[in-house]
Parts: sequence; C-alpha cells; structure tokens
Amino acid sequence: MSALEPVGRASIRVNVNGQQHSGEVEPRLLLVHFLREDLNLTGTHIGCDTSNCGACTVVLDGVAVKSCTVLAVQADGASVETVEGLEQGGQLHALQEGFWQEHGLQCGFCTPGMLMVSHALLQANPSPTEDEIRRGISGNLCRCTGYVNIVKSIQYGAAKLRGETPVSTQEPTHA
Amino acid sequence: MPEATQIRGIGHSVRRKEDPRFIRGIGKYIDDVKLPGMLYMDIVRSPYAHARITRIDSSEALKVPGVAAVVTGKELEAAGLAWMPTLMSDTQMVLPTNHVVYQSQEVAVVVAETRYGAADGVAAVQVEYEPLEPVVDPFKALEPNAPLVRPDKDKKSNHIWHWEAGDRDATKRAIDGADVVVAQDIYIPRIHVASIETCGCVASFDRVSGKLTVWMTTQAPHAIRTVFSLVSKIPEHKIRVISPDIGGGFGGKVPVYPGYVCAVVAALTTGRPVKWIEDRSENLQADSFARDYHIRAELAADTNGKMQALRIKTIADHGAADAAANPSKFPAGLFSICTGSYDMPTAHVEVDGVYTNKPPGGIAYRCSFRVTEAVHTIERMVDSLALKLNMDPAELRMKNFIQPEQFPYRSALGWEYDSGNYPAALRKALDKIGYADLRREQAEKRARGELMGIGLSTFTEIVGAGPSNTFDILGIKMFDSAEIRVHPTGSAIVRIGVQTQGQGHETTFAQIVAEELGLPVENIEVEHGDTDTAPYGLGTYASRSTPTAGAATAIAARKIRDKAARLAAHLLECSVDDLEWQNYQFQVKGAPERSKTMADLAFAAYTNHPQGMEAGLEAVCYYDPPNLTFPFGAYVAVVDIDRGTGEVRVRRFLAIDDCGTVINPMVVEGQVHGGLTMGLAPALYEQIWYDADGNMHGGTLMDYLVPTAMETPRWETDRTVTPSPHHPLGAKGVGESATVGAPPAIVNAVVDALSHLGVTHIDIPITPPRLWRILQEKGVAL
Repeated sequence: MSALEPVGRASIRVNVNGQQHSGEVEPRLLLVHFLREDLNLTGTHIGCDTSNCGACTVVLDGVAVKSCTVLAVQADGASVETVEGLEQGGQLHALQEGFWQEHGLQCGFCTPGMLMVSHALLQANPSPTEDEIRRGISGNLCRCTGYVNIVKSIQYGAAKLRGETPVSTQEPTHA
Repeated sequence: MPEATQIRGIGHSVRRKEDPRFIRGIGKYIDDVKLPGMLYMDIVRSPYAHARITRIDSSEALKVPGVAAVVTGKELEAAGLAWMPTLMSDTQMVLPTNHVVYQSQEVAVVVAETRYGAADGVAAVQVEYEPLEPVVDPFKALEPNAPLVRPDKDKKSNHIWHWEAGDRDATKRAIDGADVVVAQDIYIPRIHVASIETCGCVASFDRVSGKLTVWMTTQAPHAIRTVFSLVSKIPEHKIRVISPDIGGGFGGKVPVYPGYVCAVVAALTTGRPVKWIEDRSENLQADSFARDYHIRAELAADTNGKMQALRIKTIADHGAADAAANPSKFPAGLFSICTGSYDMPTAHVEVDGVYTNKPPGGIAYRCSFRVTEAVHTIERMVDSLALKLNMDPAELRMKNFIQPEQFPYRSALGWEYDSGNYPAALRKALDKIGYADLRREQAEKRARGELMGIGLSTFTEIVGAGPSNTFDILGIKMFDSAEIRVHPTGSAIVRIGVQTQGQGHETTFAQIVAEELGLPVENIEVEHGDTDTAPYGLGTYASRSTPTAGAATAIAARKIRDKAARLAAHLLECSVDDLEWQNYQFQVKGAPERSKTMADLAFAAYTNHPQGMEAGLEAVCYYDPPNLTFPFGAYVAVVDIDRGTGEVRVRRFLAIDDCGTVINPMVVEGQVHGGLTMGLAPALYEQIWYDADGNMHGGTLMDYLVPTAMETPRWETDRTVTPSPHHPLGAKGVGESATVGAPPAIVNAVVDALSHLGVTHIDIPITPPRLWRILQEKGVAL
C-alpha cells in the first residue's frame, strides 16, 4: 500500500447520519469523496469544481457546507448529515415529502444539495419568507426546475415541520 | 367500473414515480456506478487553441503510483480509432496524432487505480507544443489566407457547407419593392447547457462473453450503440449501452465525446472496467457547445404593417468540427421555421457553416435543431418593424398571424404547420398580464425618467422528428418505439425507445398506458435507457419523446385493447362489434352491467383465452410520425432597468403555452418553468467567448453565470389547448418551448424600455456592463 501513499495518511473519525465512522485518508481527500467513495453514500453529488453549484451540500455540525470544499480531515470529530439521513424510521422528512408533492425536482441531481441546504435553513429559520428561501438556496444551482417549485417544496416542508397542514398546489396525494 | 381518480391517466398531475429514489439520494447516476477492479481515467488537455505537438512523454506519468496506462493518439491511430464520426457526418479527433485545433482539446488519457492517482498522472504527462496561429473569428476564417483549421479535409478551406431554403429571387423582388424594410445584424453567442451532472461513462469488457457494457450519460443509447458497433467493428449484440439516471441533458448528452471513446479503449486494453467523469471545467471548456450564429436579417412590409418577405443570411461558427446532432438533410437544423407565427408570403434563408479554432459546436441547448436561433431572429425583427412603423408590437403581430382557419398551413419555407390558434394565445396573454395598464404605467414612468419595458414573443416551435422519410441521424431513421406487456394480474411493464433526463417519462408514459388500458397508473412500470431491454429508439432530445414514443405508446396500448376486445367478446359471449370501450372497460352496448375490465381480460389472456388465440397480452409499436408537431406560445416580459448599474430586473414574466393535449399538467408546468429559466440565462447572463488567441472565457461556473433562485423571476404560466390533428393523443411536446420563446420576450422588453432613446437592438446576453454602456451613450446612466 505504501507505494500508493505519497504523502501519508491521516486517521479521522466522523459521525455521519448518527453513525460513527473511522477512516485512514489521504490528507488531500475531499469530504465529498470520503462520503461517496469510502462510505458509499452516493446521494451527495458533485456538479462543479469551483464551489458554485451546491450539489455536494451536506450539513456539518449544523451548518450547510459544500463538501467539495472541505477536506475529509477537517471533518475529523465532526457530525455530518447527508441526504441519506433525512428519512427516519421509514418516514420521509417533511422536506422530502414537499419536494415530491410540489414537483421540486426533475433530473434529481441537485436535489440532495437542495434538501440539505433547506434543512439547515429551516433549522435556523423555521418560517422563512419566499425571499429568505430564495436567498438561502442561492448557493445551489438547479438547471431543470426554474426554482419556483423548489421554493414551494421548502414552504411545504416548513409548514409541516411547524406542525401545520401544508397547502399543496398539486393534486391530493395518493398512497 | 374503474374510476378516473383511480386510473389517473391523461390530464392528471400524478406525483412522479421516479422521485422516491431521488429524494432519498439513491438514484443511480453515472458516478454512482462502481465495478470491482475499476480504474479511473483522467484527461491531458491542450492549453493552446492551435498548435503542433512535437513530443508527448508519458514516462514520468507511468512512474506515478497507481497509474496503469497512458493512451495517446499514436495508440489510437494504430487501432484505427484516432478519429471518429460526429453525428453530423463530420469527423473529429478522438486524440491527436500531431496537432491540436482547440483549447482544452483531449491530448492523452491516463488510467489509474484511483481518481486522485489519475489526476497525478495527468499532471506528470509532458507535452511539448509549437503554437500555430489560430483563427477564432468565422468571418476571418473565410478569408483566403486564413489559417486552415482542418488540413485533414480534401477541401482546403474553413468553409464546411452551404445550405439554403426558400425562393431567393421572389424574396429579393419583394424586398426591393417593399414600402418598409428593417434590417438587423443579430449575434447569438456560444452557450453551454451546463447540466448539473457533467458527462461521463463506465466501460466494462467481459473477455469471456466478449460483451462490452457502457454505462454512459447519453440521451440516445441505441443510436450510440449502433455508432459504436460501426466504428469499433464489435458486433452490435455484443454491445450494451445503459443510460442510467441522467442529471440533466438538454442536448449536451446527445453527441459522442472523445472521453467516452478513450474510456472504452482503455477498458479494452487494460481488461478492467474504466470510469471517466468530467470535471465541470472540462465540461464547460471542451464539449456541449450550442448556438454561435451570426445572423443578418431583413423583414419587408407594406405601410400597414402587412409582412411581405423575410431574408436571412447566417454564418454558423461550428468550431473545429460540426458536432451538431441535426438530421442529416438539415445542416442548419430546422432554422427554416424562421418565418414564425406569421403569414409570410415569401422568404429566403441561407446558412454557411465555418470551421474555427474552438471546440466542436452546433450542439443543442434545450432546443429542437436551431429553432431558438430562428425564433430569436423573427421575434426581434417583428419588434424592429413595429418600432419602424410606430405600431404597437401586439397589434403588428395580430395583423400578421396565421389565422386558425389557415391550418394546416404551408409556410413559405416548406413546413406544414399542423394546428394553432395564435390570436387566442396572445389575447389570453395580454388580458392576463394587463397589457393596457402596463403600457399606461410605462408612459408614466418614462415621463419620470424611469426605464420600464414590455416585451412580447409569439413563437412557433417545430418538434417531434421524424417523419422518417426526411429525418435521420447518420442514416438511422427518426421513428420511435414502445413495447407494452400486461401481466396476468393486471399490471404492466412499458419499455420505450426514448430516455428521461428529468422529464418524467416513468410517470407520463405510465399515464398514457393507464388512460388507454384503464389500469391504475401505479400498476404500470416504465423502463428505458438499456439497449438490451428497451426497443430501438432515437432517444430524447428536440422535444421528441411525446410526439414520437408517446404516440408509439398509445398505439401499442390500442393494439392491446384490440386483442382485449376479442377476449372480452369470448368471456361475455358476444361479438366484438357488440362491445364498446366506455368508462375504462369493455361493456356490451346497451347493457353496461355486462362488462370486463382490463384486469379481468389480462387474467383471461393467460388463463382462459379462446382456442386458436395466442396467449399473452403484449404489443409493440414503431411509430413513424406523419409530420412534425408545432407547439406555440405567447410570452410577455415586463422589465425594469436600473439606471445606476445597468441591471435588468424581470419583474413579471407570463408564459401562455400550447402543446396540444397535456398528459400531466404538473410536469408540463415544470418543463415550462425550467425552459423559461434556460431562456432567461442566455438573454441576460450566459456567454462563452474567445480572445484572439483562442483562449476561452466562461469556462468555469465562476464566470459562466447559470441563474440562481435570486435572478430567476416568479414565473407565471397558463395555457391554451390546440391538439395536434395527426398525433394519436393530440400532444405536441413542450420541453423546449420556453427556452426557445423566452429570450426574445426579454430582449424585446429591454429594447422597448429604451426605444424612445433610439435603441433598436441589443445582442444577448444583456449583461449590466453591456447595458450600462448603452445607458452612458444615451446619457441616461445615473
């Protein structure tokens, strides 16, 4: 193995979606590659190389970050939430439900990042205005939806998380 | 009796079947494909736009830990694979053997045990170049002594092809004799679809079975399989192309790029699976380029504003190869839809394709074969004419629209428009936006020195290629297909020749079958994208899925219903003629209590079919459309201009679309929202340009400005419904309408805001610096 290790390896321990993981990683390994390649959590996507698109957004110790711009070693000792952790006990998270119900996704590639950035947004601000939502997701690009339905999806999720009955703009859901 | 609310067929906003995997992060996109023993490929790219390669030294790269191989053009040349065909029957280098013709061109590939190792290998490959003079301006490229971009061609010129349509002489006569002629140069710059997922593939060759499997970000897996087979000589049944979940296509994932071919070669030579995933910057710098049309347009009319003739002359900058995926008889695509929604007596259009030292161009940007360029031109020219005649642009449009009773309408450039009601769409748009009030508000604001504009676009699209007698890609006819199998217990699988990249086929095609067979939509599964299982099709682009494969699906379902009728007659002991299909079931005419549902009949097809009838309940249809479909729309943009910064704010944007029958209103609205945003983008933000040395600008998402939620307006949408008379469902296709229709509405609004200052045209993108300079010139900048 040593031939493959030009600069040595670092030991890290990261809590991901409530589970403790440890790994020996190259110091240059990006968090997104640690999640996708080492932990096989491929829900977190890579859409650019300049931190513009936000497809790789995860929540690191409560803060939405672009995991393509965080080294895995920087997450040592931290807690990371990814899209795979949103569903709990077989129940979709209110935001997942909102995105499905309000047609907040098309190709689905930006969706995990959109879900995680709005998850962090709603934890900081449970009742955002439309402008606050738009500003909150402005670090995440979507090429398919034109954002209108993403905003509605987040409003749906926010209402549900506040304990209200969300008002859907689409047909009633069917089991 | 099945209820419509259970079936949820055509017209229902059914929640999408594909979403449960995407919202959980368990979709399977190309980079999620992981095979045992897989190697990773990365690419060495040229820093020069035009250069001779004097040396490639791989020796240091091969010493990098984990690097398994370096492949250059020399190796490919030995295998006869240094060049490949483009879908437009041009040729393109896979890897160069002696010179490069655009910046970021693929020069060599490195495969390694890890992604990071492959990148280390790329950094260690040493390439020596001898720079040559590039030519980046297509007009200069046509000058006699211009550097030759493609010395490999017999024709020693940068001119690729000439194409024209219409009546040159009649158009000249009409323009020479017209009361009023407006002329305008319009440049539609090079842009890039920038789907959030870049391109990539995983190639795997099974030495034992001799089968090559390629997971690939492709919008057209079957066509790719055939091309791979023809180029590689691997028998077609030994090639399987799988298009997994695709993170946006928009046309950028139709062509074959060098990286795909190199990954396949690397897999064949190393005997191990090879994955190649483009970086965003590579994606923006090397492939998927659209537009780049330099247009000269003239529109003639009489003093009353009745249009007389349209003449267009265009230089199409294709870069170093014509990489368009246009039908082979249409090198300028369907640009001849440029007479638009107007009853134009005569027209002539000509386009010349030109090589320059830029990456291969001519690929679509959410647009059916150059329709955006055509629509932008005519919709800008109509507004120029309105300005010249001092006539309201809505009134001028109303005066010139093809009238509902004129359909089917034969255009001056040879298309037969299937159906339309343009005045109704525009009236609806004007009423809904409150056009008269907006004009009053504009006059008040103008008096106060504020800049507000209202812009219209009343476009006609042309989508759904075939028909196959005129349309083919590399000789493969442009039909499309569906295969339906109904299971004994009343559920079904549908396989289609087209492929979703987010359009929602898994839902909408299930709705078509639900409607036609009376089976609940949740009992219908749609499969696509795997050439080993899906019927042959030409793929999803140019808004063709619903017009072609949607029709095939409906017809295959109707074949099943025909057989089901015979089963019902058997079970109900009557003749087929005594039956009617009502309320999603077969019932005896006059005795509706005697009925059989499709679930009953499916069970009978496997358990109780009459003697002499084949068991089973399935059907296939390869549908060759008799004509294209012509969706249309009426869009209104309202903009405010910041005199301090030159920023355009789209205050309101209303889109009235007509795509005929709507299968899923929620999905159609989503397509329009996305299309509008991809219309806003090139109108105001996106552009890729090259300096005189061929250096690219706009090659990362830091300087190629894809709109965020902050710039994107709150789209307002509505529709009219004018079914296509020749489509089995009356549907027309909608994926690209809004991308095509939106840019001129926005530009027309900006020009409208400044028209009193003498501004008649602004090229896109109307960025703040570009607009601020105009405000300065006109003395209205703050």
